[in-house]
Amino acid sequence: MQRREVPQDAERSTYGGHRKLVYAVDDAGHYTGVQSQGWEAESEATRLAIEEFETLRDEAWLRAHNGLTSPLEVHMYDRRMDVPLLAGASGIWRWRVRRHFDPSRFARLPRRILQRYAEALGLDVATLTRLPARRSRDL
Amino acid sequence: MSEFCHRQAAHCESGVVSAMLSHHGLPISEPMAFGLASALSFAYLPFVKIGGMPLIAYRMPPRWIIRKASKRLGVRFASKTFRNQKRGMAALDRLLDEGRVVGLQTSVFWLPYFPDEMRFHFNAHNLLVYGREGDDYLISDPVFEAPVRCPAADLQRARFAKGALAAKGLLYYPVHVPQEIDYASKVPAAIRLNEKIMAHAPFRVLGVRGIRYLADNLIRTSRRRDARKRLPLYLAHIVRMQEEIGTGGAGFRFLYASFLQESAEKLDSQALADAATALTAAGDRWREFALAAARVSRKRSDMNIETLADLLRDCSAREAEVWAQLRQWLHSDEVKGNAD
Repeated sequence: MQRREVPQDAERSTYGGHRKLVYAVDDAGHYTGVQSQGWEAESEATRLAIEEFETLRDEAWLRAHNGLTSPLEVHMYDRRMDVPLLAGASGIWRWRVRRHFDPSRFARLPRRILQRYAEALGLDVATLTRLPARRSRDL
Repeated sequence: MSEFCHRQAAHCESGVVSAMLSHHGLPISEPMAFGLASALSFAYLPFVKIGGMPLIAYRMPPRWIIRKASKRLGVRFASKTFRNQKRGMAALDRLLDEGRVVGLQTSVFWLPYFPDEMRFHFNAHNLLVYGREGDDYLISDPVFEAPVRCPAADLQRARFAKGALAAKGLLYYPVHVPQEIDYASKVPAAIRLNEKIMAHAPFRVLGVRGIRYLADNLIRTSRRRDARKRLPLYLAHIVRMQEEIGTGGAGFRFLYASFLQESAEKLDSQALADAATALTAAGDRWREFALAAARVSRKRSDMNIETLADLLRDCSAREAEVWAQLRQWLHSDEVKGNAD
């Protein structure tokens, strides 16, 4: 990649105003580090991944609202996690995590288990057990 | 010890090694640290899932660079993990009070200074802590332009996040750093190992064969019944693995080419300079692939999957050629007698 070809797509960048270092060659063919403000290909891919989590969260929110899943699933996607990730982060087996998506089971969970989920998700127990307002993302 | 000097890097682990050794009187660039660690690779790992997608790696696994670079250069690191989070934080404070610069392994997601869009769950990020001010830690995160700050509670959460690749509070610092590098023997040794990794991998999902495997897999995915939904996500996933995860562009190919070029100058070798140019060309093809894949994924291009896969096959062929060149160089008179 030539130095002047280093993409500077600041407009739709996913770097939040930061610049990333990439390596490129100057006119003499010599490698240097060059800062990039963003690249279309990368930001599109990143956005798609983020949107996928947002879609999953919104779908889960609707189901939770209709009593078909527990707030746990909504919070999980809100933190950009899936079941394997949440299971790893909380130290609770996947099949148990899935069971805890059952609203009535979730409502009966002892504080000890809730605490582990809360810690893994970086929430307090009160927030964890409540269905968040739609489209909130309290990071 | 002199004042710590932040330097930006493309990749966190090679950046940490480069900054830390340079700080301790062994100046070494990021590409040199990456290359001497023989860290370039390719791996398509179908049983390691990230969000339901296979792991595609363009470098050796986390902690490889620190381990290999220090072994090759004769650097000794002290490292420690902790069960107890309070103790882990206290140990960090003690080392900082002694005036040390400390390396940490952390999660990316829980570091508040990361822009929201870059926050994903990856537990093997590396950064340096060089001081403390009130409740804030002063951090030199290699992928950022300037030093940053992080409150103690957030840093603790990032250090002790559980799950795959959990850091368990890992901290490390060098206890012995040699004052020079014998490039004439270290560079061939590093390239020899990397040639094995890329050209003689035991499984077809690894090395240059792995890149072809990915191309075939792309076509298989496009024929799945759920391809309409899965293919765009899969393409985006590949692009993110290649470009987003701190790779310096083209899945570390430019970083490694830069190492080859620097070595060519140090050893005055035309063969290495040629290999650097050839790898740069392969890297350009990777970038081309990423751009096309992102467009197809967003349905902004109707390039067919076959063409996309052919781009990958071309990357594979070009890289195979680079390693053949390097193998020849390793067997040439230029190298013989210097081998490690």
